[in-house]
Amino acid sequence: MITLEAVTAVNRLGLGARQGDLRDPSQTEREALAQQCSSPQAFLIPGQSLPDRTQAGAVLATYLRERAGSPAISGSDRTMTLSPEAQQEAVAGPIRKMLQFAFPDVVARTHHAISTPNGFAERLVYFWSNHFTVAGTKALTLPYPGVFEREAIRGHLTGSFSELLLAVVRHPAMLLFLDQAQSIGPGSTLGKRRGGGLNENLAREILELHTVGVRGGYSQADVTELARALTGWTIAGERLLPLAPGATPGDSAFIAALHEPGARKVLGRSYAEAGEDQAVAILKDLARNPATGRHVAVKLATHFVADRPPPDLVEALTDSFIMTEGDLPSLHRTLIDHQDTWRSPDGKFKSPNDFLVSSLRATGGAPPLPRQLVEAYGALGQVPFRAPSPAGWPDDAASWAGADSILKRLEWSQAYAGQVTLTERPLTLAQGALGPALSGRTVEAVQRSESAVEGLVLALMSPEFQRR
Amino acid sequence: MTFSNPSRRALMSGLGGLALATSAGQLAFARSTGQKKIVLVILRGAMDGLAAVAPYADPHYRPARGRLALSLPGEVEGVLPIAEGFGLHPRLEFLHAEWRAAKLAILHAACSPYRGRSHFDGQDVLENGGDTAFGLRDGWMNRALGLLPATASPKAVAIGLASPTVLRGSTPYTSWTPPTQPDVPDSTIARLTDLYAGDILLSPALAMALETSALVETQATEGLERRRGAGGLGGYRTLTQAAARILSAPGGPAAAVISLDGWDTHANQGAASGSLALRLQSLDAALASLKQDLGSTWHDTVVIVATEFGRTVSANGTGGTDHGAGGAAFLLGGSVRGGRMLGDWPGLAPAALLDGRDLSPVNDLRALFAGVLNQQWGLEAADLRSKVFSGGSPPSPLSGLIA
Repeated sequence: MITLEAVTAVNRLGLGARQGDLRDPSQTEREALAQQCSSPQAFLIPGQSLPDRTQAGAVLATYLRERAGSPAISGSDRTMTLSPEAQQEAVAGPIRKMLQFAFPDVVARTHHAISTPNGFAERLVYFWSNHFTVAGTKALTLPYPGVFEREAIRGHLTGSFSELLLAVVRHPAMLLFLDQAQSIGPGSTLGKRRGGGLNENLAREILELHTVGVRGGYSQADVTELARALTGWTIAGERLLPLAPGATPGDSAFIAALHEPGARKVLGRSYAEAGEDQAVAILKDLARNPATGRHVAVKLATHFVADRPPPDLVEALTDSFIMTEGDLPSLHRTLIDHQDTWRSPDGKFKSPNDFLVSSLRATGGAPPLPRQLVEAYGALGQVPFRAPSPAGWPDDAASWAGADSILKRLEWSQAYAGQVTLTERPLTLAQGALGPALSGRTVEAVQRSESAVEGLVLALMSPEFQRR
Repeated sequence: MTFSNPSRRALMSGLGGLALATSAGQLAFARSTGQKKIVLVILRGAMDGLAAVAPYADPHYRPARGRLALSLPGEVEGVLPIAEGFGLHPRLEFLHAEWRAAKLAILHAACSPYRGRSHFDGQDVLENGGDTAFGLRDGWMNRALGLLPATASPKAVAIGLASPTVLRGSTPYTSWTPPTQPDVPDSTIARLTDLYAGDILLSPALAMALETSALVETQATEGLERRRGAGGLGGYRTLTQAAARILSAPGGPAAAVISLDGWDTHANQGAASGSLALRLQSLDAALASLKQDLGSTWHDTVVIVATEFGRTVSANGTGGTDHGAGGAAFLLGGSVRGGRMLGDWPGLAPAALLDGRDLSPVNDLRALFAGVLNQQWGLEAADLRSKVFSGGSPPSPLSGLIA
């Protein structure tokens, strides 16, 4: 007997049922989920040799050298005689090399999502990766987001929020994405000699998006102070390497000659620490701030349970975060243990990524070719690692269930159903994917369809499969 | 999806459960209100208003902007002169021509009532029409459309971003983004429509999407560039072309909201050339294409181009600009009374800046929005104050915007 609890565990909290996932469970669903969230291995992509941050840095360095030699990119006078489209093409060659470097990560991540038994852990990876978005939407970050997710996110989900935050903020991908790598303390040794100045982008997003949240009670002065404290964190590129003894080329490094001297004051507390210890101390305090707990709790409950999350659940998650000083396994365990997690009458409307991954899991077809993946992600409107802003992808039905979005899903389903080799009849697949959540009306529609292709399209597009 | 097949079109008209349920009289009425169009172009990411519309004669302009400052009118790559002391960015040639034809008006030093510096909250206030981020769950354009007479077809279309906050709410709207995938058989669409009956989220979404696609696809589609997102440079024109087709179709919607991404220029934004210049050039080309593709409908169309806030007056340490306050907005169209700057100008003197860093947002964008709604659709000032805009004291509509 397959229970609705099993469906919730696999479909809402995980990435969707593969054929056979909804057979009678050998252990309780909650225990199975709890095991995933305390096992470091469950968060990793096994058996892949994917590049690391210094390899990404080398690819970026090559791009920057090529760019320096190209008039279309460096913005010289010749640029103006080219149309925007021609200029785009002139940029495209060097960019393409970075895309080719980054793409195996998209493929590996998708193939892992299709096959992993640890759907809950993987959804947690997606949640935190989105919370700390690094998008390949600017040239400087193109080689990095997959590397970032593996190095800064996947490896830090069984420790504390504080450790996760420090890993994220100091990763070269984040330093580049939010312009920190270029920020210079105006009163620092190098700032006084060479000019340049502060860039407050990372400081603002740490406060607004990563920690206390936009209503967390900070001011413009706090943003600027945090930006000053963060100066020094940059990338050990060619020119700066001599100033960072011991640093690995292309990795992040703290360069004291860029750091704004003096004590800082953030959210009412003074920080007299020198050098990199100053920003670390501020970040650790931000990670402990109750407003951070509440901000994370609201987002977590929204992602896993409902667009308007149950207040009791938000309270429980907030309390857990504050009591344990942001211990992530405890926080995730609180989510599993709370009764509201298991009741959500309307469920969550799937994001395009959820829809694609769950469709591929449900049908059990061969993993898509890289070209098919690019087309699918593009058509559905959610290309991995290309979130539209540092706030990440939206997480509500109002953003994903627009008229056009439904049509794009229908069109993709049609294309996919026409090409996949099915091993089961569409109705059997729908039963395996949805168990007791499959409605009589969908059963009827699939049974009456005029072809297997149409039956599969209707199953994938059914109201219950569009939700989790 | 392509709609080359006539039976598909026949199906579309039947599918509009909306269309079936209304009387012929309402349809005729819909057509008359739909003739007056409003296009809202939202530049997401905070366009640098001081780069688009440069106060080149202000004594503080050149020192503050440094290498981001544009050259004087008449110099190589100089600004295109408009009102005294102001010039358009040299890549905004179409907008300059519209200014000289007195069809472009500019509201500078403008912002919603939002005074923080978050994109996400800033866009929310710009679109919700109140004075608090996430203080309202629906958008001002949706509430304004709700005051228009009922129509058989959707009153608005979202282009580029499928569900912008400004269109969220109880008035149905449709949406469009560039097509990428093959055709779906009629029979599957019919069965899916049956399966969605009673699903309040999916049923209307599917019906409206099919009708909107039909509007774009029944006309020639060869000109549409495919697979370009709202953030790509060529993509801007794809989106305005689609908007023109949907708006100018018989019974087409009264409003379009077009989202254009990519304006957050924290680093190396350039001056007369460079990354921001390319983006401005693409915006200019997209607006030119909108005018051309709308044909005679252009005379009944008012286009508002707005952004969530401006950027810092001074260049930052990395050749870009950070989040600021007062920005620039454009108003153009066949019947706009243009060739002039609207509102007040606070200047760039350090004492006049907000928090010592940002162009003071002395002009409330809601006054511009309300003025357009008032004069283009005939919405009453009292209704605009009580039903469309809210929070604090919503400003009076700007008058005399449209001839």
